[in-house]
Amino acid sequence: MSEGVTATKTVTIWINGSASRVPSGSVVSAAMLAAGEPCRRSISGEPRTALCGMGICFECRAVVDGVTQQRTCQLVCREGMRVETQS
Amino acid sequence: MNLKPQRTDVLVVGAGPAGIAAAIAAATHGSKVLVLDDNAAEGGQIWRRDIATTLNPARPEVQDARQAALRAAFHKSGAELLPGRRVVDAPRPGILHTIADTPAGPMPESFAWDRLILATGARERFMPFPGWTLPGVVGAGGLQALVKGGYPVAGRRVIVAGTGPLLLAVAAHLRHYGARIVCIVEQAALSQLAPFAASLWSHPAKVKQGIRYRAALANVPYSIGWWPVAVEKASSGILVRLTNGKRTLAEPCDLLACGFHLVPNTELAELLGCKRNGDVVDVNEQQQTSVPGIFCAGEPTGIAGLDAALVQGEIAGLAAAGQTQHSSVLRRKRAKEHAFGQRLNTAFRLRPEVCSLSGPETIVCRCEDVNFAQLQGHDSWTEAKLQTRCGMGPCQGRICGPAVQSLFGWRTTSVRPPIFPVPIGAFGNNDSESLEDLTKFQETE
Repeated sequence: MSEGVTATKTVTIWINGSASRVPSGSVVSAAMLAAGEPCRRSISGEPRTALCGMGICFECRAVVDGVTQQRTCQLVCREGMRVETQS
Repeated sequence: MNLKPQRTDVLVVGAGPAGIAAAIAAATHGSKVLVLDDNAAEGGQIWRRDIATTLNPARPEVQDARQAALRAAFHKSGAELLPGRRVVDAPRPGILHTIADTPAGPMPESFAWDRLILATGARERFMPFPGWTLPGVVGAGGLQALVKGGYPVAGRRVIVAGTGPLLLAVAAHLRHYGARIVCIVEQAALSQLAPFAASLWSHPAKVKQGIRYRAALANVPYSIGWWPVAVEKASSGILVRLTNGKRTLAEPCDLLACGFHLVPNTELAELLGCKRNGDVVDVNEQQQTSVPGIFCAGEPTGIAGLDAALVQGEIAGLAAAGQTQHSSVLRRKRAKEHAFGQRLNTAFRLRPEVCSLSGPETIVCRCEDVNFAQLQGHDSWTEAKLQTRCGMGPCQGRICGPAVQSLFGWRTTSVRPPIFPVPIGAFGNNDSESLEDLTKFQETE
């Protein structure tokens, strides 16, 4: 393998339609922050990203594979997963 | 839907240090032990697994020997970990209901226990200030969790601000992963911190850890008596305004990792009818709450850190397994850590200025976008809730509740099920009355 010993496994997920390749085991909210995409839009339309990182604040809710209200900080990226900003 | 409860002698809620210690103690004394946790693995927040370590075992591990030993003891103890579950209701004595989010949808389960140990940990306290809802503003522990979850922080400019010993731990961790720490901003005054530091002579391990963090953070400015007042969007990243009350600075960065010490997670204890003493769950010498058979250990009984959690967990686990004659060594250790916790909370108490950073437009309740001006003029939490929906979103006041308490002096009111949002229909429509209550929950968006 040409990448040698530093190679780590990755998975590809789709964030608002764009492919993101992330280390396998990454949590979805971390991938969204890295991609610069908000997890949700608030009631007044503000973009929001993860705050607490531990499943308490619910700011990281997004649409995952068509299911709304998913706390993305408690969710690990799966190959081919489709994530959309929830509004 | 089959909700036949799984039976166990001892049910532990929370697989952080307190829960792990409790589970080991109870299981090694002959009890059947189940441990529930919302996360994917044991460890809680402080020992959250780092995907970099999991992926590449050759990487220098942050995990210390004690953590490794406890994890090993936990896996050998016979206690069974059931991860990915959040407790939503306690419909009758001896029963807890949980929900797991699975790719196939939410999965409800029920657990029947003889003794229950609550080790629900703590969360960060967030104080509202203009701009705190902008992307790029994250909790301090929050950013640490995201980095452990794969967020590539290398090269990012990060300001770590707020209060508490967590700030140093987070900054050291982020720097280890290549973040450029612009500065660490601690709101506590030096006059508060100095006596605390001086009192640590009786905790040499904590002093050593502090020295390790400082060494890891060589050349990083640590501003004591400063705090953030506002965040704005900048052309690249964000601009954080900081003050010490006399001077104000504007520092550009990519991320503000900001948290104001910790708040105990007492919601489940309250739902179960356990008495509180101020903001914490009241426990006796055996770590038993006011409700017989229900024990509580770790941060919900008072923020006191890892060592307190471990010894309280062990005592709770022993007591739950019927071993009430625990040693005087454990009791002395607990008393010492309890005293440490009290000094900690005094040293890092919020200065009044931090409790008045909100402008009229500053959002206080992030779930419902309720701003400071909308909350002014109400007399109580209950009234404000009814009039504005503050605290009625999916976090159920976990984030804005402590903030509102600091801003207005309002105490949060009684806890009602479900204590975490339950998707409508998760329990079907064919079960007991309490499950009907559960399905009455309205999603807010």
